[in-house]
Amino acid sequence: MALIIGRGIADELRNGAAPKGRSPWQDARTRFFRNRAATAGLVVLILVAIFALLGRYLAVWSNEDIDWNLLGNVAEQGGPNWENGHFFGVDELGRDLFARTVQGTQVSLMVGIVGALVSVVVGTLYGATAGFIGGRVDGVMMRTVDILMSIPYMFVLILMLVVFGRSLLMLFIGIGLVSWLDMARIARGQTLSIKNKEFVEAAVATGVKPLTIILRHIVPNLLGVVIVYATLLVPSMIIYESFISFLGLGVQEPNTSWGALINDGASQMQYGTLWQIGFPLFFFVITLFAFFFVGDGLRDALDPKDR
Amino acid sequence: MSSFILRRLIIAIPVLLILIVATFLLMYAAPGGPFTSERPLPPEVMANIEAKYGLNQPLYVQIWKYVVGIVTQFDFGPSYIYKDQDVNDIIAQGFPVTLTYGFWSFVVAVVVGVSLGVTAAIRHNTWLDYLAVGVSVGAQVLPNFVMAPILVLIFTLWLGWLPGGGWQGGQWQFIIMPVIALSTSFMASIARITRSSMLEVLNANFIRTARAKGLPEHTVIWRHALKPTMLPVISYLGPAFVGMITGSVVIDIYFSTGGIGQFFVNSALNRDYGVMMGVTILTGALTVLFNLLVDVLYAWIDPRIRY
Repeated sequence: MALIIGRGIADELRNGAAPKGRSPWQDARTRFFRNRAATAGLVVLILVAIFALLGRYLAVWSNEDIDWNLLGNVAEQGGPNWENGHFFGVDELGRDLFARTVQGTQVSLMVGIVGALVSVVVGTLYGATAGFIGGRVDGVMMRTVDILMSIPYMFVLILMLVVFGRSLLMLFIGIGLVSWLDMARIARGQTLSIKNKEFVEAAVATGVKPLTIILRHIVPNLLGVVIVYATLLVPSMIIYESFISFLGLGVQEPNTSWGALINDGASQMQYGTLWQIGFPLFFFVITLFAFFFVGDGLRDALDPKDR
Repeated sequence: MSSFILRRLIIAIPVLLILIVATFLLMYAAPGGPFTSERPLPPEVMANIEAKYGLNQPLYVQIWKYVVGIVTQFDFGPSYIYKDQDVNDIIAQGFPVTLTYGFWSFVVAVVVGVSLGVTAAIRHNTWLDYLAVGVSVGAQVLPNFVMAPILVLIFTLWLGWLPGGGWQGGQWQFIIMPVIALSTSFMASIARITRSSMLEVLNANFIRTARAKGLPEHTVIWRHALKPTMLPVISYLGPAFVGMITGSVVIDIYFSTGGIGQFFVNSALNRDYGVMMGVTILTGALTVLFNLLVDVLYAWIDPRIRY
């Protein structure tokens, strides 16, 4: 195998073409796709995303309409049924569970992605700045993170939801407020090891402004770790949101999310309507699994330490 | 060591003050006081009520009195909804319950998690390892609000072995399901951390030395490997504690155990600001205290750590 590749390169050189190098990202991609669990996770994620985006066009019913034919006897006739268009059955109010699951998937994925984005942008910049400047500024900045971390943020978030009213925006703000803390720590740790490298020294020596050094030279080198951690952060954001919704303090009807659907299903379980908890739970679990596997795969692919 | 504890305590005080003031301001900013209702009260009556609760005083006086009340008399003020109880009564009622199942959850998570992780590491790459990894990956996607309905479905609805909720003064059959539901995902994380930490430690030079001396394997594991293995586990205990306190909200709601979380959510829904503030501050204080304990434990296990 090595011989064949070697001959290929030799041929290219003989023909006068410049040897084509492989970028670290290409290497990482090869390593990632060699990991079966991670690839499968990626496929699942793509399928779930397609379900969230296009499921609406497959649904026969809207997520708000009540099927009056089934309202009184959901437990007997409300189960999954291809003929009347309720692919996942109906909930206890006779609303189509397929349409509601599609809608809940959208909300849950959005919360996860927004939380991860906030953490990537804010956390990375904060951590990189603290690590690069160092000294007393670093001390104050990281102590602030420590203080914020020791606050039971879920209680504060619930407090905020009650005080300022429940809305999707408030949920995003609340989740964004806490999600960047871990990322800031990780980014700082990485920055500390990067900032003594020669290329940063060269940038300092040639008089590049600190902000430019952080953005142009440090942040790109943090990206590998940041991406891995962001992937692992999405599921925990989804869990947070589901937690809030499970308590009935998250998104409001007719909007829903996985947590709210699981809660609804759990409260009806004793009547034997297991599809009501089963379908949302299924999507919740496979998505979290997929994110964890993709995150692990990315770590193996991007973290040069473990090679 | 004692100066370290003292310094950490000195840091803890401003943290708690910030938490109290921030919570207070958040409540103050809330639109609509606790006594606004559909039928507005006559202004004279309103003024009387506000005078009784001290709401007519300037903001800084209110905050000052609140802080002084907590510090000197451990008095969290009145509940605005339950006329015959103040916040202390509610805390005294709910806290022992939360503490009971919280304690057992913590014990289960640590004991099961650490033994699972250690077993997996010792039997690295055998079926036992794969089983332990499988269990911990599976448990990771089962946060408490997912575990709770699944447990009830299996043990209450199908098998009929355990009661589906209630507390009854804390008899064992009422504790089992809350403990399992609360501890599962933390147990998984602890198992994962222990495994990778133990694998690293087992490759260290001092372990090779211990084996070369001809020490029996169990002495190597128990006397030499376990202590350094526990370091990352211990630093995870802080976040785990916060997670369990938060999780108790779900447990209280789902199993009607009557712990502190139930009062918190009820007060959130009723806008009972007194209770919400009290519970938030109490959990914040507990978290700070627990983090201090963890840091001390860390320094005790690893004497190289100096603060």
